[in-house]
Amino acid sequence: MRHLLSTRDLSPQEAVQLLDTAEEMAAVSTREVKKLPVLRGRTVVNLFFEDSTRTRISFEAAAKRLSADVINFAAKGSSVSKGESLKDTAQTLEAMGADAVVLRHWASGAPDRLASSGWIDAPVINAGDGTHEHPTQALLDAFTMRRHWSRVAGRESIGSDLAGMRVVIVGDVLHSRVVRSNLWLLTALGATVTLVAPPTLLPVGVSQWPCEISYDLDAVLASEPDAVMMLRVQRERMEAAFFPSANEYSRRWGFTDARLARLDAAVGSDAIIMHPGPMNRGLEISSAAADSPRSTVLAQVQNGVAVRMAVLYHLLSGDRSSNPVEQQEVGQ
Amino acid sequence: MSVPASPENPVSSRTVLADADIDRALTRIAHEILEANKGSADLVLLGIPRRGFPLAQRLALKIASADSSVQPQHIVGQLDVTMFRDDLKHKPTRAPLHTVEPAGGIDGKVVVLVDDVLYSGRTIRAALDAIVDLGRPSAVRLAVLVDRGHRELPIRADHVGKNLPTSSREKVRVHLMEIDGVDEVVIEADS
Repeated sequence: MRHLLSTRDLSPQEAVQLLDTAEEMAAVSTREVKKLPVLRGRTVVNLFFEDSTRTRISFEAAAKRLSADVINFAAKGSSVSKGESLKDTAQTLEAMGADAVVLRHWASGAPDRLASSGWIDAPVINAGDGTHEHPTQALLDAFTMRRHWSRVAGRESIGSDLAGMRVVIVGDVLHSRVVRSNLWLLTALGATVTLVAPPTLLPVGVSQWPCEISYDLDAVLASEPDAVMMLRVQRERMEAAFFPSANEYSRRWGFTDARLARLDAAVGSDAIIMHPGPMNRGLEISSAAADSPRSTVLAQVQNGVAVRMAVLYHLLSGDRSSNPVEQQEVGQ
Repeated sequence: MSVPASPENPVSSRTVLADADIDRALTRIAHEILEANKGSADLVLLGIPRRGFPLAQRLALKIASADSSVQPQHIVGQLDVTMFRDDLKHKPTRAPLHTVEPAGGIDGKVVVLVDDVLYSGRTIRAALDAIVDLGRPSAVRLAVLVDRGHRELPIRADHVGKNLPTSSREKVRVHLMEIDGVDEVVIEADS
């Protein structure tokens, strides 16, 4: 693994390995010294061309827990607003000694461009590009689901995948990079995914994706899925009217109090409710659902740091010329 | 830590310790640990994965059979040193392994690090760093099944199962029932 651009690039084994490493990283934050010396003397640049709080802070916390130095670069108020190109910005940062670039960009494909153009040497981590992919979000979602799924099955989460898990993803699929990254990763790990959305918020070609499509949230919830992920309604990306009113959206596709009550009334359903954040309370998810014991919203944030530590560790440690992760054995 | 067998390279190997020898060495080490510590008070065993951990478990059982006040599962832990190694930049990325602290923590305890083979001493150096991040033991000791020499750092074991003079071109492999299905120590020479 040289860069992390898309969850499509991850084999199931690599994904399980990343999640296993993340489990060990999560254990670090319960210790007295919540820091590891692995990336001492390395510099990680957070290059953010789009607003973000949790992803940037999460990457920053992850890099700092691994003892790396962090440079935060936000396009707003920088020379980018004077017209500097992505190439020049990235090369400037590398000249300052960046060992890895975490890139969030409004344009789909910007991280691929940066990684494949030869402009810079450093590994590129996609922290969300346009409506394309958000691989670390998918990894932290998979991590959260795996913990739940292995607890349900009564086994260790280390080494296991999501075989047999039924996941429902609800909402604005059209604009969501989270759903794309999740779909590739979750199906690679053996889960089955059902997308529920208004027809206007499904992209062209969605029938080619490895998932089921439904327009009826209640029918899908009645089939007792193991995890329900609500997507944020991305108003900032909506130039047209995709649904008649917020009220109607909430009634048909939101996780309302009534749906929560029905889920709680169903015997034996231990489904979790997920949301990548930031939440529009009252629109796609009700406050009662967001704060219920089923909700993993805060666990997802917490797991995000561990998963990003694992990604940084796998990309930045080790001899660059030899890729495969070695099973722990060698070395006396 | 020991080196995995490479099946494509047939090498001449000889067994230097059989299962009974390993068991005898561990019994002796267990008694040495108790004697050096003047009893089992505040004693904690930290095994370095992978093969140091089963060795630590066996030592704890032996200590418990010599001193009935000891609960073996409470004094054993596992210490992963991957993140503290000094060769991370030069080797392929290693997946970290599990660290398990003993129930009572390690603060103020006498920690005995347990590993299978002592060679360059670099694993133990990493382990000492890893311990500092877990807590502050009152003392740290080192027990190894095999000391094969060729130290690169000023590190010495307190309890040694067997001293094996080796050439640096040879490989010492420890196989344990829990991981490999057999108890033996083998020296392999490049042929």
